[in-house]
Amino acid sequence: MNRTAPLGAGLGLKPEHFAPALACNADGLWYEVHPENYMVGGPRLAWLQRMAERHALSLHGVALSLAADAEPDITHLRRLRVLIDQVNPVLVSEHLAWSTWRDQYHPDLLPFPRSHEALARISDNILRTQDALGRCIAIENPSHYLQLQGHDLDEIEFLDELVRRTGCTLLLDINNVHVSAHNLGFNAKDYLDRFPAHAISEVHLAGHSHDDQGALLIDSHDTAIAEPVWALYRRLIARIGARPTLIERDGNLPAFDELLAERAIAQTTLDHAGALP
Amino acid sequence: MNLPLGQFQDAFIDALYLRPAPLLQNLTRQPAFAVYRNTVMAGCVDALRANFPSVETLVGADWMQQAAAAYAQHTPPDDARLIRYGATFAAFLQDSQASHGLPYLADVARLDWHWCEVFSAIEQPCLALADLAGMTASDLGRSHLRPRQNVRWQWFDAHPALSLWRCSREGLPWPQSQPWVAEGALLSADQHGVNHQPLEAGGCMFLDACAAGHSLESASQLALQRQPDLDFTNLLGRLMQARVFLPLSFD
Repeated sequence: MNRTAPLGAGLGLKPEHFAPALACNADGLWYEVHPENYMVGGPRLAWLQRMAERHALSLHGVALSLAADAEPDITHLRRLRVLIDQVNPVLVSEHLAWSTWRDQYHPDLLPFPRSHEALARISDNILRTQDALGRCIAIENPSHYLQLQGHDLDEIEFLDELVRRTGCTLLLDINNVHVSAHNLGFNAKDYLDRFPAHAISEVHLAGHSHDDQGALLIDSHDTAIAEPVWALYRRLIARIGARPTLIERDGNLPAFDELLAERAIAQTTLDHAGALP
Repeated sequence: MNLPLGQFQDAFIDALYLRPAPLLQNLTRQPAFAVYRNTVMAGCVDALRANFPSVETLVGADWMQQAAAAYAQHTPPDDARLIRYGATFAAFLQDSQASHGLPYLADVARLDWHWCEVFSAIEQPCLALADLAGMTASDLGRSHLRPRQNVRWQWFDAHPALSLWRCSREGLPWPQSQPWVAEGALLSADQHGVNHQPLEAGGCMFLDACAAGHSLESASQLALQRQPDLDFTNLLGRLMQARVFLPLSFD
């Protein structure tokens, strides 16, 4: 049983891998799912509840739309709270992005100008969310593709301020940093060195791909983790110590054992960093 | 120009769906804007392909991709739970019959949609045979049998829709001996998955009447009017076995 063991390196859980994932006993292993796929009844929820009896779970939302200029959808929050009560996750997280607008859901993590207005709205939305869920959530840094105008704060300042105003923690996605640094032309190491270590409750790793023109990197989660991302990860963990680390894989899904082998690389990095908090 | 957040988001959505968005020209002329357009559209299309696999089997991946994109362009999801996306896709296919030429495609889509609804329905208590023990015929006649949320049924007058759907969904060849007759279907879910079985016209009428709030006595009369040769005892046994009903309620 891994349900109460310290969190080491985890894997994004896919229905195709349910049987081997349920049976796996690797030390420190945990799983993460998008709650929107399980905020229903029926067989899918029953599968997740079986998994939750044996393994630690994290709920990583994609649809709370915290950066929309609107309060979070009460119905969505209620459903999320019900799921939290059903599977008792060790972590709950969301993205610094928006996806629902005027009652329509646009399945992506959309960008916004980091204005003072956005900071106030998102802080308020995080507080409302945490009130509704009865717990803190972690906020993930997004992938960037566009040169957006109208920023009043840089991303580190913005995230730092969200932590200060709401008591939320941060989910640091290193692949997002690598992809964004390439696309927008900043230095990923400098970004990571400034990232507020004390607030990081989870780290994400994933693969990326090139767009058709080859100019942009896309946060596609459909390949193995690239070496530059591993290098940034090792550098980060050497600076901040071990943190629960999750490997995301959504496309070109390999066999479960192949993901476990990739996960072992992250676990080794964590083991060498010393005891997990 | 710095836009207020809400105004930025209105314009961004317009631009995503290829409507004029003059306030965001500095964004939409960047090639990177296509990443968001492509990702949103791919998310919608992938959800429809996942929710309507039998339709895709009948029309092929390329046609399905185009139809799903056309539908998504005008009907984005209204729920982040994407297994609930596509409630009106069958009607969309019915309206576009000229482009696919398959008069039964919309009914196959309706069965795919019933599967999604049943698969994702909230678990509810179930009427057990033991609950009926000791009831008088009069009590039973006055009682209301209400279908559970994880049950769907439909009668299809024009096509063997269940057989078409089952062959498409399970990748089975169409049997030459299969008669082209009307069919009804009953779909129900348990913790292990979705089950389906044929349901006669009288059975569909009976469940329609139960869902509309008729008493058992009234619903059974309507079912027998619809199908005079209906074996009602046999029907009730099959429905009980499929765990179709909520526990009893009375007037």
